[in-house]
Amino acid sequence: MKNLLNSPIVKKMSSLHFVIAVLFISTLYVSICNLVFPEGSALHVSNYTVSLLGKYLCYALLALAVDLVWGYCGILSLGHGAFFALGGYAMGMYLMRQIGDRGVYGNPELPDFMVFLNWTELPWYWAGSDNALVMILLVFAGPGLLAFIFGTLAFRSRVSGVYLSIMTQAMTYALLLSFFRNEMGFGGNNGLTDFKEIFGFSLQSPDTKLALFIATAVFLAIGYAVSHFIVNSKMGRVVTAIRDAENRVRFVGYKPEHYKVWIFVVSAILAGVAGALYVPQVGIINPGEFSPLNSIEIVIWVAIGGRGTLYGALIGAIVVSYAKTRFTAIMPEAWLFGLGGLFVLVTLLLPKGIAGIVINFMDKMDSSNEKQASKLADEATIAETK
Amino acid sequence: MIVDKNGSPLNAAENLNPDTRHGMILYVEDVSVSFDGFKALNDLNLYIGDGELRCLIGANGAGKTTLMDVITGKTRPDTGKVSFGQQIDLLELDECEIARAGIGRKFQKPTVFEALTVFENIELSLKGDKGIITSLFHKLSGEQKDKIDEVLQTIGLIAEQHYPAGRLSHGQKQWLEIGMLLAAEPRLLLVDEPVTGMTTQETERTAELLTSLAGKHSVVVVEHDMAFVRSIARKVTVLHQGTVLAEGSMDEVQANKDVREVYLGEEH
Repeated sequence: MKNLLNSPIVKKMSSLHFVIAVLFISTLYVSICNLVFPEGSALHVSNYTVSLLGKYLCYALLALAVDLVWGYCGILSLGHGAFFALGGYAMGMYLMRQIGDRGVYGNPELPDFMVFLNWTELPWYWAGSDNALVMILLVFAGPGLLAFIFGTLAFRSRVSGVYLSIMTQAMTYALLLSFFRNEMGFGGNNGLTDFKEIFGFSLQSPDTKLALFIATAVFLAIGYAVSHFIVNSKMGRVVTAIRDAENRVRFVGYKPEHYKVWIFVVSAILAGVAGALYVPQVGIINPGEFSPLNSIEIVIWVAIGGRGTLYGALIGAIVVSYAKTRFTAIMPEAWLFGLGGLFVLVTLLLPKGIAGIVINFMDKMDSSNEKQASKLADEATIAETK
Repeated sequence: MIVDKNGSPLNAAENLNPDTRHGMILYVEDVSVSFDGFKALNDLNLYIGDGELRCLIGANGAGKTTLMDVITGKTRPDTGKVSFGQQIDLLELDECEIARAGIGRKFQKPTVFEALTVFENIELSLKGDKGIITSLFHKLSGEQKDKIDEVLQTIGLIAEQHYPAGRLSHGQKQWLEIGMLLAAEPRLLLVDEPVTGMTTQETERTAELLTSLAGKHSVVVVEHDMAFVRSIARKVTVLHQGTVLAEGSMDEVQANKDVREVYLGEEH
């Protein structure tokens, strides 16, 4: 029985259960505190906090996506912000169309920025953008397709390591520049904003905000479960093997490039979903989300949380984002130094990140278990020999 | 796609097994490879019999590793033919397809999946569908577990099966890598310097392991350690500057005048 409890499979399963339980309990707690306790009560959670927490959970899902490719497959993507932003733009387009004639120019068909540019009709790629199903499809297909094309080209040509990282940076930078242009039809510099409602519910209403927060928690749980299933399947072991010895994998008979493209696409879709959940909660999406710096920050979250564990990514994203909120309120100009310092400290003191502490703790538990077990076994043999 | 020597595609049933009716598993004919003008292989001819254990020896730069690279699809020759059995043209296949066709390769430096356990290393190497969807929903069958056990037994790593492979000693990693090859049930094993860095005892065990494999598999071993070669080889091929210098039993080869001159560096 003890062996069963200590077997690696059960341990990994319990990490999934643990994460989902924590998510469930904290979501429930926040919801109750937001709804039940009146403003001014010590237990009240403000609407502002709810939205802020929802934002953190989006970041957590984004970090999870990066951990899947970087922690498990060794693909250091410095362009995951691009997938996040594309998912966000897909959602943003839908939200723009929901404004209807309530915009400044009162045009029922065209978003304000298009009227301002003297456009007379929607560009073809905005077709169907007022349909929620089309939006959902785009959230998945946009980032997924970009990842598929980019991944196929890069991995087929066996680009890896630092060259690949630079290419991902270039990709997100290219998108940043193109989305800045008004002619792209995504609102240029200002991006998409001034949203009114989502699925018919007002975005200003506290209930909608809470619902969005809960939806984010649910999607994070689903994303975690999917990632957990992947990394614990044989597919996950192949992916880990690719990280450690790609050539050996090839000579064993697997096609590493197929596996890499596949995991890259899954990861991009997770990032896209995170972006789509993010936009209604912050109320804006602009080309700044494509900034290469954003993508690097995601990687730092994962490094600080501990790569290759999944839950480490969640911890890293939430801890660093919270620190950022706090820090930028006190000393905005010092934040980047704070982030850099945190990164250096963690790399020096906790090479496995915050998750490393958890792992060490678990190992200690194990070895004390084992010691106890061997002690028992010794006693048993002594008893037998007597 | 697997095609025959003349380029016409073969169906799945045909490509399962190399055609060895003439007793040969590997044909390397008139193969030349040059890197920036340097001829690594020069009109090389080599035939490996089915079930044979062959040793390849030669000084550094004689072309041993390049030959392995050509056979496993890592390097494309400039000219020549390489076929597996009579019908499978290896030059048409990439590395994975060659591995799937039944040629296993052990690298000079032991390469195992360090983060995975010994058991998982063998599991990934098992013969079977290597596609993504199959891998995602794969469950080990009883038969496969037995096969893994059998391999672990052969390479003597039963007790270590749940260790991460990164924790194994150098010699154990070499065996694990051989075990991974065995799990794929290849017809032909290419083994590059298996005893480098091994203790005498480990070397002896490796010799035993390799000789026990011959017959069921064809084995080609590249090795510098002459004592080791003598202990396992029935037939030795000496490479020199990209061509075959001599071929025969160890004694014949050692008595050969050319070999003494160029490889053993003896003056007359």
